[in-house]
Amino acid sequence: MYEHDVLVIGGGGAGLRAAIAAQEAGADVAIVSKLHPVRSHTGAAEGGINAALQSGDSWEAHAKDTMKGADYLADAPAVETFARRAPKEVMQLEHWGMPFSRDEDGTVSQRPFGGLSFPRTTYAGAETGHHLLHTLYEQVIKRGITVYEEYFVTRLAVTDEPDPNDRTCHGVTALDLKTGAVEGFRATGGVILATGGLGQVYDHTTNAVANTGDGMAMAYRVGVPLEDMEMIQFHPTTLPSTGVLITEGVRGEGGRLFNSEGERFMFERGYAADEGELASRDVVSRAELTEIQEGRGFGDGHVKLDMRHLGEERIMDRLENIVGLARHFEGVDPLEEPMPVKPGQHYAMGGIETDEYGSTCIEGLYAAGEAACVSLHGANRLGGNALPELFVFGAEAGRHAAGVDLDPPAIEVGPDPDVAREDREWPTELGAGGAETDVVPDGRDLEPGALLGEAVAAERERVEELLTGDGDRGHVEVREQVQETMTAHVNVFREGEGLETALEDISDAREAYEDVTVTDPSRTFNTDLQQTIETRNVIDLAEVITMGALARPESRGAHWRAEHQTRRDEEWLRHTLVNWRDGDPELFYRPAILESESVTYEPEERSY
Amino acid sequence: MAESVDPDTSRLKGSETQPQAEDETVELQIFRYDPEVESKTEAHFEDFHVQPHEGMTVLDALIEARDEQDPSLTFRHSCRQGVCGSDALFINGKQRLGCKTQIDELSTPIRIEPLPHHPVVKDLVVDMDDFYERMRAVEPYFDPDDPPPGELEERKQSRENREAIKLSTRCIWCGACTSSCSIAADEDVYLGPAAINKGYRFYADEREGEDRKAKRLELLTETDGVWRCQTQFSCTTVCPQEIPLTEHIQQLKRDATKADLKFW
Repeated sequence: MYEHDVLVIGGGGAGLRAAIAAQEAGADVAIVSKLHPVRSHTGAAEGGINAALQSGDSWEAHAKDTMKGADYLADAPAVETFARRAPKEVMQLEHWGMPFSRDEDGTVSQRPFGGLSFPRTTYAGAETGHHLLHTLYEQVIKRGITVYEEYFVTRLAVTDEPDPNDRTCHGVTALDLKTGAVEGFRATGGVILATGGLGQVYDHTTNAVANTGDGMAMAYRVGVPLEDMEMIQFHPTTLPSTGVLITEGVRGEGGRLFNSEGERFMFERGYAADEGELASRDVVSRAELTEIQEGRGFGDGHVKLDMRHLGEERIMDRLENIVGLARHFEGVDPLEEPMPVKPGQHYAMGGIETDEYGSTCIEGLYAAGEAACVSLHGANRLGGNALPELFVFGAEAGRHAAGVDLDPPAIEVGPDPDVAREDREWPTELGAGGAETDVVPDGRDLEPGALLGEAVAAERERVEELLTGDGDRGHVEVREQVQETMTAHVNVFREGEGLETALEDISDAREAYEDVTVTDPSRTFNTDLQQTIETRNVIDLAEVITMGALARPESRGAHWRAEHQTRRDEEWLRHTLVNWRDGDPELFYRPAILESESVTYEPEERSY
Repeated sequence: MAESVDPDTSRLKGSETQPQAEDETVELQIFRYDPEVESKTEAHFEDFHVQPHEGMTVLDALIEARDEQDPSLTFRHSCRQGVCGSDALFINGKQRLGCKTQIDELSTPIRIEPLPHHPVVKDLVVDMDDFYERMRAVEPYFDPDDPPPGELEERKQSRENREAIKLSTRCIWCGACTSSCSIAADEDVYLGPAAINKGYRFYADEREGEDRKAKRLELLTETDGVWRCQTQFSCTTVCPQEIPLTEHIQQLKRDATKADLKFW
């Protein structure tokens, strides 16, 4: 068994920042990651990092843009903490050597991004995430922080009190991918989940293959609510064949979208008469799909993004890697012709419910980054707001887990016995049908070490069953079943009947999963085993996303319902939360917090 | 109303190409090894046949072979877009990223092997510890002589200097270059092109200051550093990020020579 004060699960932007913060606060910290840290998906981020750095801009303006972008489903304490601290974190990154793009006078450049009232997006070409990830990892090396790489964390070691609010997390179990051994990792201070997104729930995504939402699913199964999971962001410009992302920076620099009739439809068809291509992502994604559905798309369903008029010099200065991406992955030279683009799954606004310090309702369990929902992005994340989130809330979670004293949080977390539960009929049986949970059985009376031992034993048993079972199905078939129904029914456009079909399909997939067996008998680097374990996470998350989408009869941000095409503030300025109660998912709500100490954010119509 | 520009709708690459005939498949000869499984303890090649499609990469072909034919086929991959660096492989005798290599640009059958000069863990997965060790050996982190000017103030960097270090900062740690270098392969003490490039990235960054620069030059030119390079250019040839690795190594050699001359 390994032991540290703080364990950070995940080696991407949020995890590395959390680890540095925890270490600076005096903790012995280790990172446990299923990839080597430089392989993390933060490295694929292209566009930039928002922060109010210049005179003429202010954190207040950044907060207001973020709240509006969120379609008022964000929580003001999170939004303001974020906007206030982003400048310091971005400058910290510069002080760690990040090679930002520079203006003539040598200061860090900023550019316009969708939904921002000021050009406050700092960037490093169109490969900002790569530089950010490497800069952070360099600092982790400098500080000598322990990294257990290619250890796949599969279970949290959590006590089994009846109420999740009374539970405690003492560590994790992880599969050493190289040897196949299941090991226990004890955390005396806290476990921080920084496991990133869940794009693999969909079959057309910008996300890496590793993004299977492991942290979210693990937290969910030990009783932590997942918040606003229906809020999935679809990025309007992904390459049709692969889902590879074409940064919003292309539109930020002046790139134009066209339909097959040669119309610059964002303006000419009135989707966003003022902002055009720079409207927020949900607006542009719906516009593109409407064009395609009404027969004004190209080929097998895409529109065109043209940046030729920007000129080769500017393109090569600011968007150079986009030229390479289009050439390598789509066979198109964007200096010569427009790029084909269509919307693709990009980001989970929802996630593990946390307060503004990254705490969950379980003692000793924290979350940060895309895995978490501190309720910053609400119903729609603005481009350039994901990277500063990793810093602000990664650092906060790291400090907190390391034992730094903090003021009481403004955001409440955990299943609240006083909050009304939604008592509704679902079209099929959800969850595991009751009694299934990942908490340690009889864990209430165990010492932390013994508790971890029990968790390791349970996990070894699960792995053994998967390796030696006599089922006749493979994970590929089951995962595809989920991905296909999510893409068909829980995509940019949603309607009730389709969502119900999706829930039934997911339920079928859950049943099929019972028969899944790993074909590869080897313990050595068994990716068949790894993907089988991940597929269980994909199923659980797909279900929660779809439950939330069905429960929300309105259109807000990224969530658009055919039968309910307006935003309904009087009832739905509230978060959806889904809580796994022994295998029986329960839905409840919490009001969005639109008031901070200084400001009350009044919901306005979101026009761009 | 915005200006309307003809997006040149006559050129629709990728959407109007004819699918290939059903029976046409591409043969992959894939390296197999597993220390635990009897049929694989002896390393060998196995043939797979996949149905090609427009834009198919070697990674796509491997995924198809694994998902549709043999779930035990093992390789690393994650981002599918050339930034995570985890799928560097030896494809038709050259180090390349699987995700960035179109199969129709290769002669067939396509031979896919693990990166040479690394211990093989299983199939196409190699142990990268030695590579990471070399990367860590060059003190690969920003370490300036002076503290930053203020909490909210950046160290200014000229556009020229940013441009000068730009290519060196693109390294994704895939290991293709080091695997291709016969010196790095034969002498495991040599830092190798990736690690030297990483050192160069900071050495050439004007924000670190003269003292650190001198120390970096010393570190990179010690016995196991740049002087081992025999200017074979194999690293530069295989780098999927098009980093001029040999040039960076040569620059360090030139600077080291000049620095030595000062003492005469």
